[in-house]
Amino acid sequence: MVFYLTLILACQLAGEIVVKAAGLPLPGPVLGMVILFAGLMLRGLPDGLARVGDALLGHLSLLFVPAGVGVMLHAGLLGRDWLPIAAALVVSTLLTVAVTGLVMARLNRERGPEDGR
Amino acid sequence: MSGDMRDIWVYLAREPLVHLTLTLAAFQAGSWVYRRGRMNPLLNPVLIAVVLVVSGLLVTGTSYDAYFEGAQFVHFLLGPATVALAIPLYRQVEKVRRSALALGVSIVTGSLAASASAVAVAWGLGASRDTLISVAPKSVTAPVAMGIAESLGGLPSLTAVLVILTGILGAMLGPWVLTLVGVRDWAARGLAIGTASHGIGTARALQVNEVAGAFAGLAMGLNALATALLLPLLARLVL
Repeated sequence: MVFYLTLILACQLAGEIVVKAAGLPLPGPVLGMVILFAGLMLRGLPDGLARVGDALLGHLSLLFVPAGVGVMLHAGLLGRDWLPIAAALVVSTLLTVAVTGLVMARLNRERGPEDGR
Repeated sequence: MSGDMRDIWVYLAREPLVHLTLTLAAFQAGSWVYRRGRMNPLLNPVLIAVVLVVSGLLVTGTSYDAYFEGAQFVHFLLGPATVALAIPLYRQVEKVRRSALALGVSIVTGSLAASASAVAVAWGLGASRDTLISVAPKSVTAPVAMGIAESLGGLPSLTAVLVILTGILGAMLGPWVLTLVGVRDWAARGLAIGTASHGIGTARALQVNEVAGAFAGLAMGLNALATALLLPLLARLVL
């Protein structure tokens, strides 16, 4: 358990170091994900690591609460620009979901009906 | 309040314990409402928890910095959780490999649609320049979005808030939009939610379906990369 938690933290640390050293436009943890993924492809997925990972990901939404509470810091600007901000977020989010989903579904279908369709 | 009670409160207010407990309790309450509402996406547990915590802080006159002293322990786990997204991705690696090209094209299209439409709508409604720059990377995972906003001259902390709001919106309304436009394939649904609403969308996708969760996590990472590379180039053309 502790071993696999250490492994995850080590991947994150390696990611942070490479990102800083190479000046990459990515957060360290995203590169850490790539590093862990490469390790899984080489060595497979141990049960213990699966348990630690599933425990972390099982409560992923909880981890966004502290950053979300930061909304209270920008009450002034959000109050002044509330209409453009609200409209931009709603329109853009709905449009992005629809466009990305449709493009992916269309391209995937052209590649063949192997997913049971 | 008696003198003893005040001493206890003054002591506790300095400790991380109170705000850590508040964060977990608010999320428990949010999850309870979400389950009682038969997992209706509109009852998003993150949104409920944020509303409860902000109300609590305003009522007790606590600053965000004081709150974050305690909440940082939860916040920190975002890093390891992002690394752990490699696990669902690994479990779905065959599906990902089969649709690699479709995946790349969809994510780049989604990245451009997200930034361009957000800036266009906000500009059309007369938003300030700070807001325009801060809203452009709003579909990207928070740490990258903040970096992009900073390099373009926006307000990183405002971007963080817009990113979280976008995540909540995507998790709330995304499944409904996908059903409306007739996208039923779990890979495409996950990819769309992850591209538009990063980790919060991914968290929701993981709860619904593992294939969707894996594609959402992948889309979050690749959209961060695509937007970080494309947005500064586009900004140079437009500004």
